[in-house]
This record gives sequence, structure tokens and C-alpha cells, in this order.
Amino acid sequence: MTALLEVEALEISFGGVKALHGVGLTLATGEILALIGPNGAGKTTVFNCISGLYRPQSGQIRVAGRDILGLKPHRVAASGIARTFQNIELFRHLSTVDNLLLGRHLYLKTGLFSGMALLGPWTPAAKEEMRHREKVEEIIDFLDLQAVRSQRVGNLPYGTQKVVELGRALAMEPKVLLLDEPAAGMNLEEKHDLRIWIEDISKLFGIAILLIEHDMQFVGELADRVIALNYGECIAQGTPDEVRSHPDVLRAYLGTPSAEVKQ
Amino acid sequence: MDMKRSYYRDLRLFDTWPLGLWLVVCAALLALVPFFAGNYLMYVLGYIAINAMVALGLNVLVGYTGQISLGHAGFFAIGAYATVLLAKAGVPIPLALVAAAFIAAAFGFLLGLPALRLEGPYLAVITLGFGLTVENIFAKAEFFGGATGPSVPPFSLSLWPGFSREQNLYWLIMLCAGGTILAIRNLMRTRVGRAFVAIRDSDVAAACAGVDLTWYKTLAFAVSAAFTGVAGGLFAFHLGQVDPTTFNLMLSILFLAMVVIGGVGSILGPLLGAVTISLLNLKLKGLKLADFEQIPLAGKEIAGFISRHFMETGMANIQFIVYGGILVLIMVFEPLGLYGLWIRAKRYWRTWPL
Repeated sequence: MTALLEVEALEISFGGVKALHGVGLTLATGEILALIGPNGAGKTTVFNCISGLYRPQSGQIRVAGRDILGLKPHRVAASGIARTFQNIELFRHLSTVDNLLLGRHLYLKTGLFSGMALLGPWTPAAKEEMRHREKVEEIIDFLDLQAVRSQRVGNLPYGTQKVVELGRALAMEPKVLLLDEPAAGMNLEEKHDLRIWIEDISKLFGIAILLIEHDMQFVGELADRVIALNYGECIAQGTPDEVRSHPDVLRAYLGTPSAEVKQ
Repeated sequence: MDMKRSYYRDLRLFDTWPLGLWLVVCAALLALVPFFAGNYLMYVLGYIAINAMVALGLNVLVGYTGQISLGHAGFFAIGAYATVLLAKAGVPIPLALVAAAFIAAAFGFLLGLPALRLEGPYLAVITLGFGLTVENIFAKAEFFGGATGPSVPPFSLSLWPGFSREQNLYWLIMLCAGGTILAIRNLMRTRVGRAFVAIRDSDVAAACAGVDLTWYKTLAFAVSAAFTGVAGGLFAFHLGQVDPTTFNLMLSILFLAMVVIGGVGSILGPLLGAVTISLLNLKLKGLKLADFEQIPLAGKEIAGFISRHFMETGMANIQFIVYGGILVLIMVFEPLGLYGLWIRAKRYWRTWPL
């Protein structure tokens, strides 16, 4: 397996706070890698650096061998990276279909004037729209979103919104998918569906997945490898079981045992 | 149940055929106006249509892209001056209007640049400054005709044999307004329009989905300015003169009021807003003391109160008091604008008699 996404020695600080200190990871095609760590460990910061929202002070980020560090977010997206957000960032006033269609933005070509000239099904703009709607409907079928396809996403339940966001990322047909706490706030049934979808995305579509998640059971069932972060540094990596029982990880989550407990 | 069998169903201009029929009937009626109506009705409808073009254009920026502009009178002025000066130089009027659209769009791009870094009140102040600057450059520079403005060449375009000047102008205005509605409606259901709305709802997510924020934010300003510019050009012919003092801050605010009163982020909203504000503008302009006496019940008392407490010269400003009062009432009772009223009425009839 070749590394699709390579992140090396990321350093970023905000004011006096070192948010990331030498964080590195590699992600191979078809692999699912989980990032875990207590709140404020720097997990989302890693995502923001990869997707171009933050500019790390030093380090390297490559996708399929191409350097993407310092690119603007839309250029990063064009290089094959899609993401979801911890606090849902959907286009609230658009329908599910339109949210997913926006995910096709990179593939659509209709410009200002050809868009204004959409006068009937024979115009190029309409033909292109219909072609991409077909792709979007496939994703809607895959994620079971038919019931809400024409509804405004702002009115949908939280769990469904998370799925729509996943759908939008999928519509981008990425090489690498970054999922920021995809299961947060979902009930058991939703989590179960989500786990199967993520497995399918990885196995059927061959998309490499990097995921942040607090639910260790979810991570254990899904991830091939886990990296644990604390205070902006990698403290452990390996299989889910190895990381779960790593003493540094236990200390990060539970603190050091007090003298009484030791006795 | 009504099943959709093609992806085009989702894309269609009108959701249902009765709506399409209604719009065609309305368009036909408006097109036939010159054949049976006098000049005054055409003047009023033309005035409304010009304002509607501006409101629709401004709505692309304010309603759909989530930016703000207090300087659209500037684009309106740029369009008016560009059209008039080009027409005076011998450029055919339709070509001059197209050129005005591009010139206004170019200034839109420029004004869009600060929007990349600023938002909300800060952007409002920048656009305010733009409007004031443009107004004063036009009013003070000799090249633009100074305080009296340039003379407007006669409107010489002929669209129908035997039409008078007013009839031809009316048709051109309606054609441009109809084109604006269609163009913006189409734009909003394709890639560029979706990118605009995406920026409004979540610019971070839009960027991460591949939308170039720099390009689309400035493009929204340019598109908005272009429609406003064309409207300005038509306005110059409609009024028959270009007076630099008309393009003031008050006008920019009225344009914004049309969008907000009508309801942001729709096509019908700005149209309703433009109709409302234009009619208020026309009706309230000639407001006299005698008009207040006609108010039922308390007319005499109101007129008496006004004549006792207002200065003679202040009478001209009473229109703004009434005006302001109406705006406040609309916003208090229908925060979503007139479009919200429409949506509510539609829902009421759909569920009637519940």
C-alpha cells in the first residue's frame, strides 16, 4: 500500500499556545485511520491544516505525492480532499439535493452566462445539471436520504444533517475523506448505519478515510489504525486495541492514579 | 400522487403549469399596455420595473450571497452616466446599455475586493463610502457635466412601427426587466448561484467543497452591479435627464429597503418590495395638507395638528415620516417581508378549510 496522504511534522501555534507539535501521519488507499484524544488535543486542528483553513508554521502535507501545504481550501478540495465538520456546516437554506449538488461544484462547468441562459432541457447548462443530478441521486440512494431529498436541511434532525454532510463530501468524489466526529450526537441505530456506510465508502469506493471520533467502540469496530493525540503531540499509534491499552493514552484520558489508588 | 419522472422536473422554471400560465398572462398584459394605456401608466410601470431590476440585482448580493451594500446608488449612477455619455458619442442605445452593464460590473469587482476581508457593518461602511464618492465625483467633475449633469440624447430606438418615444422606451424597460428576472432565476438554479448561496450559509464549507471564495464574492458584487447599471441607464432615458443629486445615500438605502421589505433571497420578494416602495415614492411625493383632511374619522384633527406643529418648509418631509412609518409597520408585522406574507397566504389556502 502506498501512502495517499502524508503529513509530516506539523507545527502550529496560536499566540503562545502550541496547538500542534510535530504531528505526522500517513494514510494509505482504502485505509481507515482514526484520530483520538481528549478535548483540545489538536485533532480538529490537524483537519484544518490539511484542508487549508489553517496554515501551519512548518511541516509538510502531501496528497498522492503532491505538496498541498499553503494551498487555499478550494485548491485543497480540488486535489481530492473532502471533509465534514464537527459542528455541522451545511447550507441550511438549501435542500438536500442542492447541498449535494454543491459538492459537485468542482466537476460542473456552467458559468455565469451559460447559467443565465438555462431556458429549456436542450441548453448545455440544463444537460450538465441533469447529468450531475443523476450522480447525486445515487448518493442519496446510498445514504438512504430519499425521504428528505427536497427538504431544507436546516429543518432536518441532527443525525440526518450529519448524513447529508457526509453525502456532500461523497459528492466531491474525493481520494481522501476527513470525518470530524461523524457519530457525535447520533443514536445507536444511526451509528450502526453510519458504521456500515463508512466501511462501504472505504471498501467499495476505495476512499481513504481519516476520522476523529470519541466513541471508542465505534473506532474499535471501524478503524484499521488509531493515532492518539494529546496537547498537540502524538502519544501513541497502532491497532485500536494497542492504543486503547497504551499507558500514555490512559493517562491522557483518566489522569495519573493518585497515591491512594496505587495502594 | 404527482411523480417526477425526469431530473428536468426539478430544474423547471415553474413548478406547476398554472403558475407558468399566470406568468405568461401577466407578461402578455404588461406587453400590451402601450396599446391601450396612456403615458402616465407607462411612466409608473416603467419606474417600478427599473426599481425592480435594481432590487433583483441587489438581492443577488444581499439575499443570496449574504453581503451588504449601501452604495448601490453609485452603480445606478455609473450605469446612467455610462449609457448617456456613450449614447451621446453615437453608440446605439442597446449597445450603450450592455457597455454600461460591463462598466458597472467592473466597479462591482473593485468594490467586491474589500468584501473578502470585511463583513457586516464594516462592509456596509465601505460600500457607503463608495456610494458617496461616486455621487460627488459625478456632481463635481466638469467632464460629467457638473451639478446639472449631462444632457440626455433623445431616445431614438424603435421597437414597433408607429410607436411613440414613450411606448418604445416602455417596451425596452420591460424587456430588460423580464430578462433580468429570467437571468437571475436561471443563475440561481445553476452552479454559480448555488455557490453564492453556499457562501452565505457557510463560507468555510463552501471553500472546502471547492468554491473559490475570492472569485465568487467579487463576482456577486459584479453581477449585482451589472443589473443595477443597466437599470441606471434606463432610468436616465426614463427621466429624460441625469441629475447627480438623485444618486444619493437615500437612494441606496431605498434600494436596500426594497429588498428587505420584499423579502431577501427570493425573486418575488424584491419584486413586491420594488412595487411597494416605488408606489409609496410616487404617491407620497405630492403629499399636501389637503390630503390629510381626507383621512376618514380624524382627518381634520390630523391636518390641524400638522399645520400647527410643522413648519411650512417641513411639509415636504412629511412624506418621509409616513414612508418611514409604513416601513416600520411592515417589518414589525412581517419580518420576512412581503414574500413571507405570500408564503403564509399560500400555506393557508393549501390547508384550507383547516
